[in-house]
Amino acid sequence: MSWIENRFEEGLIITSLDWAINWGRRYSIWPMTFGLACCAIEMMAIGASRFDVDRFGAGAFRASPRQADLMIVAGTVTYKMASRVKRLYNQMPEPKYVMAMGACTIGGGPYFKNGYHVVKGVDLVVPVDIYVPGCPPRPETLIEGILRLQDMIKNQSLARDRWQGAKEKVLASTPTYA
Amino acid sequence: MAPEEITELLKKEFGEFIVGSKFDTAHPRVGVRADAWPEVARFLRDDSRTGFNMLRCVTALDLLEDDTLCAEYDLHAIRAPKSGAAPYELIHGICIEVSVPRNNPRIPSVADVWRAADWHEREAYDLMGIIFENHPDSMIGPNGKHPRRILCPDDWVGHPLRKDYLFPMEYHGIPAVTEMGQTRPVH
Ligand code: SF4
Repeated sequence: MSWIENRFEEGLIITSLDWAINWGRRYSIWPMTFGLACCAIEMMAIGASRFDVDRFGAGAFRASPRQADLMIVAGTVTYKMASRVKRLYNQMPEPKYVMAMGACTIGGGPYFKNGYHVVKGVDLVVPVDIYVPGCPPRPETLIEGILRLQDMIKNQSLARDRWQGAKEKVLASTPTYA
Repeated sequence: MAPEEITELLKKEFGEFIVGSKFDTAHPRVGVRADAWPEVARFLRDDSRTGFNMLRCVTALDLLEDDTLCAEYDLHAIRAPKSGAAPYELIHGICIEVSVPRNNPRIPSVADVWRAADWHEREAYDLMGIIFENHPDSMIGPNGKHPRRILCPDDWVGHPLRKDYLFPMEYHGIPAVTEMGQTRPVH
């Protein structure tokens, strides 16, 4: 929740303001430069000229979580890495979004059964907005994920907390790290 | 030198410390007792007839049926090329096998003989639980001194590639068991 959200009633002015803010937000989703495994190769591909995610305003990969809006968790999250992922998430400013890219981050993927070291889904660590399936997802799939995220942002409102109702559940289910 | 000749040489030098050998495979190997291994290693590196100047790999095996853990050291003797662009020349190679009982798996470290052993031994400790004594990168754990882990976090419980390893139930609050309730790998 950013400073401005959840402070207004729904109304004409808020609705128009919503439209303007959401328009700005959804066409400037800056992802974080952050790849954990093989999926990151496809994430790099969408930044390059062939798939060119800059067309959708999401091409400015930031090297710092403090400048990023979207964390694309691209790859296998191990238990050792989970605390780092959580810390990076906590360092991002609101509004922030998490995309679970690939089978590994959705539910353990190929390591579901015999992977002693793999978190069985990154949603056990941070709250996830968009799941992009595949092993690895093709760059088109990832772009589709970004488009769906834009749809999600389009329906946000300043009068509503993004986590309304879900927040307590999310906080209860995500462990905190020092 | 052929592996048979190297074994004969070792038998002459170290006698009863050389235990068993196997030559009719693609991977000829000689067994060495753990307590003599650093001296044997030093001999293998420094003697002009053997001259094993490169440790290629350390492999750890879990022989659950024999109740032993085993470390295999792949050694190569290589010669620098005469001219710059030529590849390194392989003179000969052999594999040394050091077996230790499963309940007290201690092998003296050879990281001071071949620097390559440093990380390999840390990995063998991390995943198989073979304790390499006097390793240069050691730390004090609940069960005494052991090499520092290299892949798993320092507070990890158990050694994941052992055949009787139990999967963790949770790690720092993250549930770890799959919904099938599976807690051990299927072999
Ligand atoms: S989902 Fe597949 S491609 Fe992606 S990180 Fe996992 S194993 Fe690699």
